[in-house]
Amino acid sequence: MKKILAFILTMGLGALVIISLSNNEFFPEFGMADLTERVSIEYITKGSALDVIFNQTNNPESGPANIVTSIVIDYRSFDTLGEVTVLFISSLGIALLLGGAAIPKRLDLNFKPNFMLRVGSRALFSIIIMTGVYVISHGHLTPGGGFPGGTMIASAFLLLYLADDQFRAKIKGFKIMESIAGSLYVIIGLIGLILADQFLENFLPNGTVGVLISSGILPVVYILIGLKVGSEISGIIDHFLTEEEVL
Amino acid sequence: MNMTLTDIIMIVVSVFLLLIAFFAVHEKKLIKSVIFLSALSMLSVVSYVLMKAPDVALTEAVIGSGLVTSLFIFTLLSIQKKEDVQ
Repeated sequence: MKKILAFILTMGLGALVIISLSNNEFFPEFGMADLTERVSIEYITKGSALDVIFNQTNNPESGPANIVTSIVIDYRSFDTLGEVTVLFISSLGIALLLGGAAIPKRLDLNFKPNFMLRVGSRALFSIIIMTGVYVISHGHLTPGGGFPGGTMIASAFLLLYLADDQFRAKIKGFKIMESIAGSLYVIIGLIGLILADQFLENFLPNGTVGVLISSGILPVVYILIGLKVGSEISGIIDHFLTEEEVL
Repeated sequence: MNMTLTDIIMIVVSVFLLLIAFFAVHEKKLIKSVIFLSALSMLSVVSYVLMKAPDVALTEAVIGSGLVTSLFIFTLLSIQKKEDVQ
């Protein structure tokens, strides 16, 4: 009876959402929205009246070829600083809850990893790290960037933890790297405040849209975010996989 | 009514999303529920790509179906271990 009631309630709510959105003039059909009436056209044409052309447009208002990056790291960079802080606080909470073991001990796996598994995972580890570095360093040209790339690097460490029952990363180095990357992000913002009036303002020339070394400080900031996110999530994985030794 | 291949894929993916979400909620064993959640993330990646949001798709693929699943499974493993000790 309870299940049927829950099912009917869920279906009713879903139908309500669909009906209220389908006859709403503020919610156009997929692909039918007129962007020229909205604020987002300013972000897409990067403040100018002309279209942005890949490999030709020189020194626009915001450098990246990827619109999402130009919003996340350039127009709304302060929000991203807050996002990074949220991730830092959550990793701090996990460290307080799980990292207080006096004698840290790795969680045992239920099977003995053999030689082939260990060697194969080492080979795969380098490929995943390379993909993560590519996603981070091309964050201003292709989809992706600091957050997914950093998580890819962390998942490479997760693979090593799963495939080798003796492996433990040097967690102290991760913590040092995380704090250095976070501080550098704020320092870059302060340099922008000194040189160009606003916190986290892009103070380097933007260059041509679509070239790897372009758009000023944005690749640097994305590399810093990638390092910070990668080391933070690796630390979280390490805390989950270590426990206090039961004597 | 003429439907392109993208529309057909979208409908199939949506139906599977609903089904897998229902299984994930309804499953009695927690570990199977976590696996269904991972499959839900993986399918939603396909729908994000079809809706032309590759950034969200990349993040969802790495975090939703990779990291979150593994963290859930580690938590379940350590809970079971504690229960065995007691």
